[in-house]
Amino acid sequence: MRRKRHTLLWNLAFVLVLVGIGFFIYKSSLKINYSWNWRAVPSYLVYKAQKEIDSPVRGTVESVENNKVIIKTLKGKVLTVKVENPTLRKGAVVDVGDEIGYNTSYKPGPLLMGLYMTIKVSVVSIIMALVIGLITGLMRISENPLFKNLSTVYIELVRGTPLLVQIFIVYFFIGTLFGMTRFIAGAFALAVFEGAYIAEIIRAGIQSIPRGQTEASLALGMNYFQIMRYIIIPQAFKRVLPALAGQFISLIKDSSLLSVISLTELTKAGREIVSSTFSPFEVWFTVALLYFIVTYSLSLLDRYLERRLAGDE
Amino acid sequence: MSDNGDYIIVAENVNKTYPNGVKALRDVSLKVKKGEVVVIIGASGSGKTTFLRTINQLETVDSGKIIVEGVDVTDPKTNLTKIRADIGMVFQHFNVFPHLTVLENVMLAQILVRKRKKEEARQIAMEFLTKVGIADKKDEYPTNLSGGQKQRVAIARALAMHPKIMLFDEATSALDPEMVGGILDIMKQLAREGKTMVVVTHEMGFAREAADRIVYMDSGKIIEMGTPEEIFNNPKTDRLKQFLSQIL
Repeated sequence: MRRKRHTLLWNLAFVLVLVGIGFFIYKSSLKINYSWNWRAVPSYLVYKAQKEIDSPVRGTVESVENNKVIIKTLKGKVLTVKVENPTLRKGAVVDVGDEIGYNTSYKPGPLLMGLYMTIKVSVVSIIMALVIGLITGLMRISENPLFKNLSTVYIELVRGTPLLVQIFIVYFFIGTLFGMTRFIAGAFALAVFEGAYIAEIIRAGIQSIPRGQTEASLALGMNYFQIMRYIIIPQAFKRVLPALAGQFISLIKDSSLLSVISLTELTKAGREIVSSTFSPFEVWFTVALLYFIVTYSLSLLDRYLERRLAGDE
Repeated sequence: MSDNGDYIIVAENVNKTYPNGVKALRDVSLKVKKGEVVVIIGASGSGKTTFLRTINQLETVDSGKIIVEGVDVTDPKTNLTKIRADIGMVFQHFNVFPHLTVLENVMLAQILVRKRKKEEARQIAMEFLTKVGIADKKDEYPTNLSGGQKQRVAIARALAMHPKIMLFDEATSALDPEMVGGILDIMKQLAREGKTMVVVTHEMGFAREAADRIVYMDSGKIIEMGTPEEIFNNPKTDRLKQFLSQIL
């Protein structure tokens, strides 16, 4: 009972500290004389677009109703045009191509488009990185010197150079050689980088499975591929799931570096808005929040999977 | 090789030295007839487990030959997966697959190696799970089983492959005392049914009761070999006498 009251107290303290920090940030921003403009932010996510509707014929407007305009041509033909917001009145004379009204629709704003690109490039990159990581991880524990050395050189090179430099090399050198688009070059650069880390995670996972599992499988007459596919990797995958999820989260965050090769993902979109609106605080806070929503969803998914897979061990 | 026709396992002058310099096997030669139950006894480190593991090549040899069912398993060109499928093995630490249910444990290799249809594999699996007395646990994961139950699953998994030979590597050493009897009963029943068995064990009661032949090993060598009667009642060498006096 007493214990419970203590946790409540500390949770309260936690909330207070958060509120305190928020208040401090707010007060500081007042000091630097920054004019906050949160109202514009939603339109960076979703905005209302107007689409002009033109008259297809020449004639006179017979009548204007809620969602349609009825036009009578000179030859006496009657035509109905659907328009959400008519701008003409009854009796107006129109020619072909004259505006008779507009339709409105919601369109994703630049930040949402950027977020979509970030997710797209991350998903493609994660799949490639998993394949690279799995193959390299297996090569790393191979006894064949060719495979072993190749994978070691790859892992050491990738881990020993900055991602930003790798992105430039992939985009300007390899991308030019093979005519890669920005998107492919960016996804590939990320995959090559994260693949090296995933390889090490997978290697550690495989090596953590007791030797007896392989021996029992060998004794049953299974071959290397079958043992990996049905015995070792399923068990290893479960053990490394938290580390893999962490790596995927890193990949999503690292994708922000792809803005340097002008891939319009979330960070690039944010920069473009800032340069035209001069409201960096709101935009960057929003960008950060969007990244956080994606990465936090992923970590919730990881927790869910871990709990589900925990059943059989 | 015609004089080896009756033998299902023929080991000739097998030698093995571990990378750390320990000589594990010195000129070990042993022939096992079809249907014979051979029990290998000896102190820890005598090389008995190492020898057992060379039969299905979980352990390679430095020199010598091991011929199983007419196939030289020590020849690097031999396709081991094929011959291994005919040699069932039961381990000290069970080595059941923790990510598969009991039933799946027994079905997997049947499907992958024996290429049986799923339904057939399931039937055979249930037959052997019933035989080892654990059919009611078929949908459990190994983590919910006791050591004795896990070992039953491991035995059913090996038997379901319809092996011609069964190897037992200290199958009861890691069990709680009250579980040992049940596993030994299963092994005795297999022996009675005429299965060819090579058994490494510390259970002298089992050796006396079920063995056709007992092999005593010490420091990587076969010191003495004979019927249970000869080994237990008339040991010839001092080393065997001393070993028996320590454990009986």
